[in-house]
Amino acid sequence: MAQPEGRMLPEVTPDSREFWTGGFENELRIYRCQACRQWIHPPVGACWKCRSRDVAPEVASGRATVAAYSINHHPWFPAFPPPYAVAAVELDEAPGVRLTTCLVDVDIAAVEVGMPVEVVFDEQDDVALPLFRPVTA
Amino acid sequence: MTFVEDRAVVTGVGQSQIGRRIGRTGVDLALEAAERAVAHAGLTFDDIDGIASYPGPVAAEGGFVGATTHDIRDAFGLRTRWHVSGVETSGQIGTMLDAAAAVASGRATHVLCFRSVWEATAQASGRAAALTTKSARAGGHSEFRVPFGAASPANWIGMYAQRYMHEFGLTREQIGKLVINTRKNAALNPNAIYRDPMTMDDYLNARMVSWPFGLYDCDIPADGATAVIVSRREAADGLANPAISIEAAGAALYERHSWDQRADLTTMASHDATASMWETTKFTAGDVDFATLYDGFSYLCIQWIESFGFAEHGKVGPFLDDEDNYRLEGRLPINPHGGQLSAGRLHGYGFVHEACVQLWRQAGDRQIAKDVELAAVGVGGGPEAGCMLLHLA
Repeated sequence: MAQPEGRMLPEVTPDSREFWTGGFENELRIYRCQACRQWIHPPVGACWKCRSRDVAPEVASGRATVAAYSINHHPWFPAFPPPYAVAAVELDEAPGVRLTTCLVDVDIAAVEVGMPVEVVFDEQDDVALPLFRPVTA
Repeated sequence: MTFVEDRAVVTGVGQSQIGRRIGRTGVDLALEAAERAVAHAGLTFDDIDGIASYPGPVAAEGGFVGATTHDIRDAFGLRTRWHVSGVETSGQIGTMLDAAAAVASGRATHVLCFRSVWEATAQASGRAAALTTKSARAGGHSEFRVPFGAASPANWIGMYAQRYMHEFGLTREQIGKLVINTRKNAALNPNAIYRDPMTMDDYLNARMVSWPFGLYDCDIPADGATAVIVSRREAADGLANPAISIEAAGAALYERHSWDQRADLTTMASHDATASMWETTKFTAGDVDFATLYDGFSYLCIQWIESFGFAEHGKVGPFLDDEDNYRLEGRLPINPHGGQLSAGRLHGYGFVHEACVQLWRQAGDRQIAKDVELAAVGVGGGPEAGCMLLHLA
């Protein structure tokens, strides 16, 4: 698979395929325990909470809030010119279940804990990266 | 109750030449550290019948794996009855704790434990290149962070630090006081890499890496190796140094091994490790004379301070306001050698080395003046944590 310039794409695994490709259909797909309904991330074939093996991807709303962030100033990748905001966002459906992501369409000086954000997919090669942007009323 | 029934002790330590881009391989440095530690203990390599290291032969960016146990066994022709390395363990000292269990259970008598890095030389073309060119795609533990531009632990740990600052009002100035004190200590350590005094302006105005971390919140890739000899207590009589007891140790991880899913983002695995350690000893935080606490990033040292109970959860900021709490002449000197922030990223083992030389009163100009009997050693960050109380009565 070709590697787009200046970034590192994820190595897609059987467990993570739905997460990385759901965005092509505009869906944020997160594993969920079919027994106790716990959302699970990163995706894996069991529920850490109740140990059920009955887990499957479900479509999350894509709404989340910023739980923590760091404003990166170092040029790690040409595709990510600094400064940019790395954030851990918590899914509205599942407080405590977090995605590490990059915030886009955002004033980095205005990023704060609790900021409502929504998913926007960045299609790169065979994956659609779930990035998040502030919710505009 | 004591760790492994009080049967494991530290009998010697050694460090190689330490520096930036000194042009020596990780194996060369590990051999030098091993020679010095074995001699320091009053042993010969014929006495060494066990070997342990971190992390072992893992795929990693340049210079992270300086030497494996096989490298050192082969180079010196060691005849070992027990050997291990591993990265899925409780911080960089995890396999050292296993070595203690090995000598206690009779599987070995004297174990050479070591950690070697030559990241400064191996990453001469730049850390970003080293972090981002090891493979075409981000897999394993990188899969869910690196594709978003979160390439570095500075990003992942920076988020934890930000949340703690948000919750508890910790300031960059308070963190800076810790960093500046660490540099002040390093000035007394001839082996430290950065020894020039640092001012608050220097700290605050340094190039930003990943807010809240500036350049001086991040340790520096170094070349250097550290070796520690862990011996069975009965075999330690008559050696060169009085035996240092591993009074207690903690290795617990009660949550997922994750950089972003821990339930409380203002705690880390260090809280689990220390909690499990305190359950096994008669000592309390108030008994500790000094501490060597992992500071690969400044914030990790802050986590260890509260994990051990030297400050209450959320109250490390006020603790740092009063330098008498942690300066070399203070109530609880922290990182007398300069930590990884100023003495170099020796990756965990440097903290064990410093705790031992302080207990043996062999620390030279940076020797803590007051009597010291009990040291707290905390190693690791994020989901990686191992800790010890070292005791020399």
